[in-house]
Amino acid sequence: MTPYAPVAIFVAVAFAAALGFSLLPGVLAQRKPNPEKEQAYECGVEPTSSVAGRFPVKFYLIAMLFVVLDVEAASFYPWAVEMHALRVFGLIEMAVFVVVLAIGYAYVWKRKGFEWR
Amino acid sequence: MNQWWTPAASLWWVILIKSAVLLLIVITTFAYAMLAERKVMGWMQMRPGPNRVGPWGLLQPAVDAVKLILKEDLTPKTADPLIYRLAPFISLVTALSVYAVIPFAEPQPGSIWAISDVNAGILFILALTSIGVYGISLGGWASGSKYPLLGSVRATAQMISYELSMSMSLIGVLILAGTTSLAGIVNGQAKLWYFIPQFVGFIIYIITAIAETNRAPFDLVEADAELVGGFNTEYSGLRFGLFFIAEYINMLTVSCIATLLFLGGWTAPFGWTVVPGIVWFLIKVGFFMFFYIWLRSTFPRLRYDRLMAFGWKVLLPVATLNLIVTAVVVAVRG
Repeated sequence: MTPYAPVAIFVAVAFAAALGFSLLPGVLAQRKPNPEKEQAYECGVEPTSSVAGRFPVKFYLIAMLFVVLDVEAASFYPWAVEMHALRVFGLIEMAVFVVVLAIGYAYVWKRKGFEWR
Repeated sequence: MNQWWTPAASLWWVILIKSAVLLLIVITTFAYAMLAERKVMGWMQMRPGPNRVGPWGLLQPAVDAVKLILKEDLTPKTADPLIYRLAPFISLVTALSVYAVIPFAEPQPGSIWAISDVNAGILFILALTSIGVYGISLGGWASGSKYPLLGSVRATAQMISYELSMSMSLIGVLILAGTTSLAGIVNGQAKLWYFIPQFVGFIIYIITAIAETNRAPFDLVEADAELVGGFNTEYSGLRFGLFFIAEYINMLTVSCIATLLFLGGWTAPFGWTVVPGIVWFLIKVGFFMFFYIWLRSTFPRLRYDRLMAFGWKVLLPVATLNLIVTAVVVAVRG
């Protein structure tokens, strides 16, 4: 058995447990529906408008920056594990990579990409 | 890591039983972590905390569970029914699955104190915690209500921003250990726990871990004063409970990771090997859990713009700097 087979078994058990918990309210919880209860909560008043609409563009920017930098973080991992073998070669290799990233990071900072307003 | 892998431990039904027992332990730990939080916060605020159900309120978690199960399961009419139900499920599955790779004590010949020891342990955990963000963002979106939507978008932005610094802060440890296996990292700390050479990484990990699990002072997701309840406003009964369980289990997970990566896991301090490794592991995890509660009753909530600025302008560069300094030291000294 590979080390991943027990992981699969554990995840399957966790899956089954979570599924059980998700189905439990349908079986045991009481249910007395009425139109008031099924409204979305808006501090006691009837919902004033639909939720669909425009959203601050700021959040999209954060998401894009995250994707770029997270991929970069992921490429650090194999390098970090092999650092003892790579020594100075690995260091120079990564220094080039970090400098390229730092330029992009400085650009975003200068264009106020990290300001929240 | 295959030398610890013996035929007796790899029978599928043995692993099935181990998995079920471990899940029960994790969920029980969640129940009592919650009680402990209410008790300790009570004492810190000079009140007794829950003390009615059973001696010292010890049966409180059981009563809460029954209440949550029997409570009416409300679904707003505007909600997307499938995704609304799927979101807490995703949160819980990802929170629980992490325990498949966490080692709790030193591997013995013939058996390991874990479900499995995979050589990509950290990557597995980071991948699962990233998927966990989906639970929160989908839950808020699928509710079809304004507060949950705002709460979940905030939560997503906060979690992905801090996840970045979190994964950067762990790289220093990987450079020192030269492996991503959790047992391997603990073995690398036999002489010196990594929180000493990786002190900066340790501090950044602790800060980002609190932000990742949406706990005070980074609990902007649930900022009651402005967002009512955050992403889970529309959830009631056990579905709310699932998010709640997932949050506490995530706290436990990040405490376990901090213990394994920075505090030497099951290694005994000062050579006090009389006390078994599993006890040391639990003491260290318990310390982090207490630290969480302590922070919650000490600090006020941050402002959102400052939180984001802190993550992007302070934590990320400092974590990268820490990584570069570690790499230079390793490259020079070998």
